[in-house]
Amino acid sequence: MRYLPKSPGERLEMLKQIGASSIDDLFSTIPQEYRLERDLEVPRQMGESEIVEYFRNAAQKSAAGYTSFLGAGAYRHYRPVVIDSLVQRGEFLTSYTPYQAEITQGTLQAIFEFQTMICELTGMEIANASMYDGSTGAAESVSMAVRITHRSGVLVARTVHPEYREVMQTYAQHQGLAAQPLPYGEDGRLDLAALEQSVNEQTACVLIQSPNFFGVIEDIPAIAEIAHKKGALLIVSIAEAISLGVVRPPAEADIVSMEAQSFGVALSYGGPYCGVIAAKEKYLRQMPGRLVGETVDKEGRRGFVLTLSTREQHIRREKATSNICTNQALVALMATIFLTVYGKEGMRELALHNLAKASYAAQQFSSVGGARLLFANAPRFHEFVLQTSESPQQLNQQLLKQKVIGGLPLDRWYPELGNASLWCTTELNTREQIDHAASLLQHAPEEALTRA
Amino acid sequence: MPTSTQPRDAGNAAGHPFEGTRRKVRAHLTQNEALVFEKSSPGKKAYKMPPLDVPEVDPNTLLGKAARADLGLMPELSEIEIIRHFTRLSTWNYAIDLGMYPLGSCTMKYNPRVNEFVARLEGIAEAHPYQPESLSQGALEVIRLLKSCLLDITGMDAITLQPAAGAHGEFTGILLVRAYHQSKGNPRTKVIIPDSAHGTNPATAAICGYQVENLRSNSLGMVDVAQLERIVTEETAALMLTNPSTIGVFESEIHKIADVLHAKGALLYMDGANMNALVGKTRPGDFGVDVMHLNLHKTFSTPHGGGGPGSGPVAVKKILEPFLPTPVVVEDPPDEHGRRTLRLDYDRPQSVGRVRMFYGNFGMFVRALAYIMANGPDGLRQTTEDAVLNANYIRKNLEDVYELPYRTPTLHEVVFSDRRQTQKGVKTGDIAKRLIDYGFHPYTTSFPLIVPGALMIEPTESESKEELDLFIDAMRQIAREAEENPELVLNAPHATRISRLDEVLAARKPVLRYTRPASEKP
Repeated sequence: MRYLPKSPGERLEMLKQIGASSIDDLFSTIPQEYRLERDLEVPRQMGESEIVEYFRNAAQKSAAGYTSFLGAGAYRHYRPVVIDSLVQRGEFLTSYTPYQAEITQGTLQAIFEFQTMICELTGMEIANASMYDGSTGAAESVSMAVRITHRSGVLVARTVHPEYREVMQTYAQHQGLAAQPLPYGEDGRLDLAALEQSVNEQTACVLIQSPNFFGVIEDIPAIAEIAHKKGALLIVSIAEAISLGVVRPPAEADIVSMEAQSFGVALSYGGPYCGVIAAKEKYLRQMPGRLVGETVDKEGRRGFVLTLSTREQHIRREKATSNICTNQALVALMATIFLTVYGKEGMRELALHNLAKASYAAQQFSSVGGARLLFANAPRFHEFVLQTSESPQQLNQQLLKQKVIGGLPLDRWYPELGNASLWCTTELNTREQIDHAASLLQHAPEEALTRA
Repeated sequence: MPTSTQPRDAGNAAGHPFEGTRRKVRAHLTQNEALVFEKSSPGKKAYKMPPLDVPEVDPNTLLGKAARADLGLMPELSEIEIIRHFTRLSTWNYAIDLGMYPLGSCTMKYNPRVNEFVARLEGIAEAHPYQPESLSQGALEVIRLLKSCLLDITGMDAITLQPAAGAHGEFTGILLVRAYHQSKGNPRTKVIIPDSAHGTNPATAAICGYQVENLRSNSLGMVDVAQLERIVTEETAALMLTNPSTIGVFESEIHKIADVLHAKGALLYMDGANMNALVGKTRPGDFGVDVMHLNLHKTFSTPHGGGGPGSGPVAVKKILEPFLPTPVVVEDPPDEHGRRTLRLDYDRPQSVGRVRMFYGNFGMFVRALAYIMANGPDGLRQTTEDAVLNANYIRKNLEDVYELPYRTPTLHEVVFSDRRQTQKGVKTGDIAKRLIDYGFHPYTTSFPLIVPGALMIEPTESESKEELDLFIDAMRQIAREAEENPELVLNAPHATRISRLDEVLAARKPVLRYTRPASEKP
């Protein structure tokens, strides 16, 4: 076996030193009746070329070569090649959690830089070293708000990503939390009147997303004011982190939970991604997950360490702020490199390209017969909802024949919107692709008629 | 700013002459490197956008009050500076690629490069989670095959790959336990956890709404079955057990443990952190486990990456299958051409719900499957045998100089204590730091809690006899130093870029982000 660095002779020599007559001696504590006496039913040992061949075949049964207008919490952005060449350095890739600060300063400093950039982008004072992803980060933010306020009411905008809401529900169900959905108004934004009515002295937090699931940007100062009047915290979830290049940071929020996948992380059929929680400094002690802090060594040299671990499970056990142990260090490193490549000017330029593409696409798609832009008057980033005469499922079948993946049908979560689908354009969608899709949308109703 | 970087001797500055082979390390220069923010200057760029092919837009018009004015303190650097920045940082890290990482209970094994290669193939890396199922058959097939491999390895009946890490898997597993009991009319109130358990176990039980009941280990460091029998009641939801235990010992009375629980309707949860000792030799499903999690980043070679991403599949017996998180991958019956189609099934009325968006850390599934393929059944068995052989070899060669609190035969890891060394004031943490000077990553210190001053050593199968001998020589040397020149150990490490950091200061006055010095503010 090519990963195992021992010769048969060495194995025998080691057994002899140990004083064992055979390897089975070392497994003698396993009762005979539970020993597996057959081969495992897994593929036979394969050569590297065969493994590559298997995955090449799998990779071909995919959407490679298709034009995609999918977003909805997973975004296709260009990933500068330096990211992969740097994160594949063994010193990053094959290093453990940096508990031994003297020999992990590389990872620690990079995370410190990550925390700093996340603070700058979100307008928060502190950020952690990352969470599993945006959905679990949002759920953990809610638990954090409950710990801070000692209240149990949770208001969740229906415009938060439906899968985030499902995860939050799973987390909340055994913690005695009462989660209540908040409706959206005609402009696709949180219904402020409904919020005002629902928020009360038992409300721990209001969880919103901005840009929300429809791509619409919420009125954060107004929402914060209503929540804060009753002493509730405002949690803002951000699924599309690129938006922060051009959208005002949610500085009025108390906690921001962000999915950083857009910062140079491959779509990879849904993971691994990179969540992160940022917050006001006064909530530091209730922050879940790892934190990297600056300090000095015995000679006064600057260095970085994992800090405030008394919040964490390996110290506090059942009294910890969360059971979370790992973070997404390598993915956070990808995000850090991405942000360093684009930097102050690039983040803005990139976000502007996304804004411009979506503005153009929304216009092109809704000017054709049978498609209407919903929530047209609210500010949007790079996603928009189209209402079509045909069902989006049927429409998408048509588009697939032309190698175009259309918008995500919304009826699963928002049946009240009828034939609605969520479209996304990023800097990677060319004008040609958009125009092509627009012409397909224009002709789709006719084709449907012909079929009928 | 780091200033002094005088190379210091990697070895015994004033200690006992080294005995044995000492060719593991020599001091070398590393580059200093400031923070990206300190290196930035306005106007530098490392990117070039293509020309915008649609009309330009004015963000103030489109976004109104929601438009952003300024991005604050973001870096501005060129590409070569970025490459050097992160490359320099990387050289400050220890890594498996550099040498042995004997972290007990963390299973730091080799991370094969072909795993990284196949995870980056375009059709895999660029697959969108919402792309049509007809265009996701390759991804779904990877999930199906990995599930079937893991099910045979564990001897369980059903599995979810959705949890993002080990602790997340524990959370999912205990939710399943709860849903199962709930379906019988009573979710029950208690989860029993041995005092030797990982900290995530009690933290998990607590967030699932259970009271934690502590179970003291017996004099062998194992589950005290008689005591367990006394405390298990109809209110016990589960026992969370790590097997082999955190001292590396197989719970040989595991069947009795399972029987005691099952007699009261309670379930046996197994923390699969130590699965590297069992793969191909014995199966949890066969010895009475009802639900367990695996760590793909431990047993199945996906990289730790400096602390993540992980992946924590949860395997269960049939009785828990209806409660698995949604969606699950199912195979439709073959069509008229005999073609089988895989799809995602969301219609699971008894499910505990979602624990993560989409389907889990798919990129890690790809790597774990590539690892299983590279091994095959014979390789997986040999891997387990080598891991156990290595741990026993270390034990044999160190047990005369370090105290072995439990003499029970161990599998993949061995736990010593610092009892002898503390007589000279040297503690496990000091020995660990001194190990750094000899070119090794420290072992796990101060865990499990049942061994005061624990040195928890797990070599994994990835170490050659040569590397193990170097490690043994280093450990024996440190034992001599502790005896003859404890100061040398107490002040270690001596050879690193920085010495021990002031952790108290870090926690008392937290500085968690860079802020520009007042003098440089515009």
